[in-house]
Amino acid sequence: MGERFRAIWPPILIAVLFLAAWQLLVVVQDIKPYLLPSPSLIAGNFFSDLHLMWAAALYTGTTALLGLMFGTLLGILAALLAQRFIVINNLITPLAAGLAAVPIIALTPILNNMFNITSRTPRVLVTMIIVFFPMFVNITRGLIQVQPVQLELMRSMNANPRTVLRILRVPNAIPFFYTGLKIAAPLAVIAALVAEYFGGPQEGLGSRIASAAANTAYGRAWAYVVASILVGLLFYLVVIAVERWTTPWTGHNRST
Amino acid sequence: MTTTTTSELAVQASGVWKVFNEGQPNEVTALQDIDLTVSRGEFISLIGPSGCGKSTLLRVIADLTHATKGAIQVAGMPAAQAREEQRYGMAFQQAALFDWRTVQRNVELPLELQGWAKDKRQARAAELLEMVQLADFATHRPWELSGGMQQRVAIARSLAVDPPLLLMDEPFGALDEMTRERMQNELLRIRQETGKSIIFVTHSIPEAVYLSDRVVVMSARPGRITNIIDVNLGSRNEDTREAESFFESVTAVREALRGRGGGSVSARVGEV
Ligand SMILES: Nc1ncnc2c1ncn2[C@@H]1O[C@H](COP(=O)(O)OP(=O)(O)OP(=O)(O)O)[C@@H](O)[C@H]1O
Ligand SMILES: [Mg+2]
Repeated sequence: MGERFRAIWPPILIAVLFLAAWQLLVVVQDIKPYLLPSPSLIAGNFFSDLHLMWAAALYTGTTALLGLMFGTLLGILAALLAQRFIVINNLITPLAAGLAAVPIIALTPILNNMFNITSRTPRVLVTMIIVFFPMFVNITRGLIQVQPVQLELMRSMNANPRTVLRILRVPNAIPFFYTGLKIAAPLAVIAALVAEYFGGPQEGLGSRIASAAANTAYGRAWAYVVASILVGLLFYLVVIAVERWTTPWTGHNRST
Repeated sequence: MTTTTTSELAVQASGVWKVFNEGQPNEVTALQDIDLTVSRGEFISLIGPSGCGKSTLLRVIADLTHATKGAIQVAGMPAAQAREEQRYGMAFQQAALFDWRTVQRNVELPLELQGWAKDKRQARAAELLEMVQLADFATHRPWELSGGMQQRVAIARSLAVDPPLLLMDEPFGALDEMTRERMQNELLRIRQETGKSIIFVTHSIPEAVYLSDRVVVMSARPGRITNIIDVNLGSRNEDTREAESFFESVTAVREALRGRGGGSVSARVGEV
């Protein structure tokens, strides 16, 4: 308890000092809001717009969650298929690097035309594709990277490949699954948000940031950025909580 | 030896060769013309320099890899069938426990694969954990245990289906000397209680001598059996390790490893 408190207060102190210095800098140097609004201006906008902001966060959060769910499902299925073929572990790293370089977000305008632009569908699709890659790569890695001695043990116990998958590979992949999810979950929020910049319904966080910036309401634009950060953080924290709850056996090599 | 029938033999390897990467520039003859017979209830150690093929021989017997040439019978049947029918249990230098399973469920694993009912499985695992003196740790996770305790779990697991033969590849190799000696006594006790045949790979001469009825000495490149040394120490106890006859056997094995062979208690392979 005391230990946890001691671990938490330094970052809080740093954050408070940082905000104070920021406020001071903006006031003393008389920096214009289009360059950098003060924390107090952002906070003011945040609380005055709370109602709309909640609705926007809910909209973008829902897109992100749907994309995350479908992308994860697709990643699991693809990894289960791929592990039969990607036996050589060395293939997975260049594959991961290659996939990471694909600018999927650039597909949004095209998907907007392919699907109904007034619906949520193209945004969910973009988010899903973006989520798919880290999930696929990490789960595949977990299915493949089992200790050779554990494979030999399974063979000595006369286990067939399907049993090896169920008893050894899938449980082995679970920590890798969470590694992927910790990357994919915040990424899903970013994707859902950026996808809104390319037109379509205007109720999400991304649309609100874009329209506030276009209307030179910089304090409001930043307030929505803060809300976006909070949604991303929420996604990340939920993943961590679920991980701790479901995989107690990885506790011994977790750093915190 | 001529009067024994095959069913009284735990293992019979005749003319076994194992060549890796055959026909390629990196070809390795890991085993050359291995003849080895293990009687039922016998404790055999394999010893030899690193890379001489000890693990390979064990893996061929376990049907984890196929011999290039030669025949292997385990419990009177071909090695592949013996593996399918779970006629041996195996333990490795790494305990190879599954972190996501409790100690108890690790021991249950072979029974689960055999389709045992849950309550029977649990009863059997509890009995085995009792035997390796880990009953209090049934619900622990493997990583909460010390190296020696993990190795005991692995041994319990290898005994789960009650196979007549244990194949052990340096199971105590990663343990400190004190733990190691305790584990050796433990293994001898389990052997006494269960009457298993055991093939045990080790790098330690005293360990081989202390545990075994016969020590099989191998040499490298190509891997083959150079000597088989009989050890006659009677029943082991704390004094055994300091007995004259113990040191004689240790010396005999050491000289065989140096390639001198001979010695009073050794027998040339050809005579077996
Ligand atoms: N899968 C493999 N492919 C190619 N060569 C192999 C393979 N496995 C073993 N070898 C070679 O076969 C020889 C015997 O290896 P083995 O592992 O049986 O030795 P060992 O006696 O168990 O050694 P150690 O005491 O170090 O465990 C070595 O030269 C090794 O390089
Ligand atoms: Mg070896």
